[in-house]
Amino acid sequence: MNKDTYDINSLENEAIYIIREVAAQFEKPVLLFSGGKDSITLVRLAVKAFYPAKIPFPLMHIDTGHNFPETVEFRDRLVKELGLELIVRNVQDSIDEGKVTEETGRYASRNQLQTTTLLDAIEEFKFDACIGGARRDEEKARAKERIFSVRDDFGQWDEKNQRPELFDMLNGQINLGQNVRCFPISNWTELDVWSYIEQENIEIPSIYFAHKRKVFLRDGMIWSAEDEVVYRDASEEVIEEMVRFRTVGDMSCTAAVLSEAATISKVVEEIRDSTISERGARIDDKRSEAAMEKRKQQGYF
Amino acid sequence: MEVLKIATAGSVDDGKSTLIGRILYDTKSLTTDKLEAIEKTSKQKGYDYLDFSLATDGLVAEREQGITIDVAHIYFSTAKKSYIIADTPGHVEYTRNMVTGASTSQASIILIDARKGVIEQTNRHFFINNLLRIKDVVVAINKMDLVDYSEEVYNKIKADFSDLMSKRDYQDQKITFIPVSALKGDNVVNKSDKMSWYKGEALLEHLEQLDKKDIYNVGTPRFPVQYVIRPKTEDFHDFRGYAGKVYGGELSVGDNILVLPSKTRSKIKDIYFYDEKYQTASRRSSVTITLENDINVSRGDMIVLENDLPTIDKQFTANICWMGASDLEVGSKYVLQHGVNKVLAKVETINHKINPDYSGIEKNVKGLGVNDIASVTFKFNKPLFFDQFKSHRTNGSFILIDTQDNSTVGAGFIQ
Repeated sequence: MNKDTYDINSLENEAIYIIREVAAQFEKPVLLFSGGKDSITLVRLAVKAFYPAKIPFPLMHIDTGHNFPETVEFRDRLVKELGLELIVRNVQDSIDEGKVTEETGRYASRNQLQTTTLLDAIEEFKFDACIGGARRDEEKARAKERIFSVRDDFGQWDEKNQRPELFDMLNGQINLGQNVRCFPISNWTELDVWSYIEQENIEIPSIYFAHKRKVFLRDGMIWSAEDEVVYRDASEEVIEEMVRFRTVGDMSCTAAVLSEAATISKVVEEIRDSTISERGARIDDKRSEAAMEKRKQQGYF
Repeated sequence: MEVLKIATAGSVDDGKSTLIGRILYDTKSLTTDKLEAIEKTSKQKGYDYLDFSLATDGLVAEREQGITIDVAHIYFSTAKKSYIIADTPGHVEYTRNMVTGASTSQASIILIDARKGVIEQTNRHFFINNLLRIKDVVVAINKMDLVDYSEEVYNKIKADFSDLMSKRDYQDQKITFIPVSALKGDNVVNKSDKMSWYKGEALLEHLEQLDKKDIYNVGTPRFPVQYVIRPKTEDFHDFRGYAGKVYGGELSVGDNILVLPSKTRSKIKDIYFYDEKYQTASRRSSVTITLENDINVSRGDMIVLENDLPTIDKQFTANICWMGASDLEVGSKYVLQHGVNKVLAKVETINHKINPDYSGIEKNVKGLGVNDIASVTFKFNKPLFFDQFKSHRTNGSFILIDTQDNSTVGAGFIQ
């Protein structure tokens, strides 16, 4: 027995439409997978877009080597369950090859170094489209981003000369050497993503939920003290707190928030009431007012 | 939850970004860290008020020059609706951004500076809103605080604007005038106590009560095939599904259909959304359809009801908004993207151009420059399946792509 017509979730339908356009318009697309909630949501949407066929493109993870171990475990399990192809490229290799230099000091992070590894991988596999989970509500430079965003031979974003995007028509035509970053959940907010995860009952890494963790405080932010990755002064005291992570990036640039939200419905509730923006816990954006715009021009995802 | 996309239009310094910032502030959508950043920067600049435009102007060049260059998308929600505001620039040279922002919006806000009244720019903003057939338009008369909240000023602007309205092509457009002060917060989210003569709603109140039927244009169903799904697995060995988005109206299982361009007849067998089967596919839903007969269908083909065909032709005339850096001329060739379908198109004639001040039309035009709006006849290398824009917003629109650098150089509305 068929179900009746249904009340559509317009964001979900828009995202599925965009993902199908990527698969149809490009020769060699790839889904950039970080193990974070946004890319997990993307995978879910891609599964829906092509059912009952498999997702017709691989996943690629640019591994900084500084990921939360929970994320990497989760990644491998997801890929296995869905029978997907996963490509991993390591920032450590770029460092070893002398292509990038590791930052040092208190705020050292491999976040910026990812860009080189990513651009090299795009060239290695000749990817012409990279699907990413960036959202326009995250940050004000991202608010200007197109759904199909053209990058030049150097992976760079020319923000003043972007193609206009009209109606729902996506222009994926490019010249040799160019590639396109595609953002199916451009129009989703953080709350939309969390609500969708709740509604669809999507599994996500445990660090998104409240747990006890050894942490230390710096600049009013809470940092994980459980791994060697985050630089800590001897004077910075380690304490134990109930925390969770709102975004899951590199350990070295992702701060935790105090939270008691141990279930998805509690997390949704918490986000709804929150007065701090999501990227407020990302030290990489705090470097300057234009931090994100600068990184994007250089080819950052 | 219902999502409402709103385009904004206004000239430089009409206070558009301030208005959006005010909406965010009064709906408590600005988070503490964003608010602190605004406070900090406002102070640095020596302002004695909060500069809300800093909440939206995202690019360095924009903050330096204090203007909005590119379309930015701003998100907020109330208990009733989610909103996406396309903040589009008011500069003359950025008409393309306004058309872009409006092309995906269901409602729009045109800002007028109460001190300046209806100016040439207002003509342009209204014309574009009308050309794009935005169903619900709010005319926000801003900076009322600077004209002592005068009813007289408001009435004068309303009367001047009504003159423009009489000339419009799309008469069903609903237009609502609201006097506001974005800076002071009058009639934006909360009703003002300084304009007791105004009996209408505050801006957000108006947007909150807009219903789907007020903002969507319903047409006949069109289903352009986006992607063919062939799993070739044991469980779905012979499965052949056509993935796409339903435009205009609904499609149901059992409907008699035609596949264009082959005009092969069939019936809708199943409608899938992920792993569930449905009786009916709603408008705007991204579904997968299977047909009763095993026929050849590929991307760019269109599934339509057999008794309700679009026009099938190798030419049409359309209003276009030109966005290219180089001129469009008679004989120029472009890739024309109509939904998910692409053809090669040649400019046959430029019929007329709309005067920049929208006072009338200009004939015998040789070429079109950036931001020109004109009626153009195109010929294609193969047939398209289209409707008039006025009867079908989705199947009546297209974009033009430069064959050399692949950039999007124009938007079109089929006449």
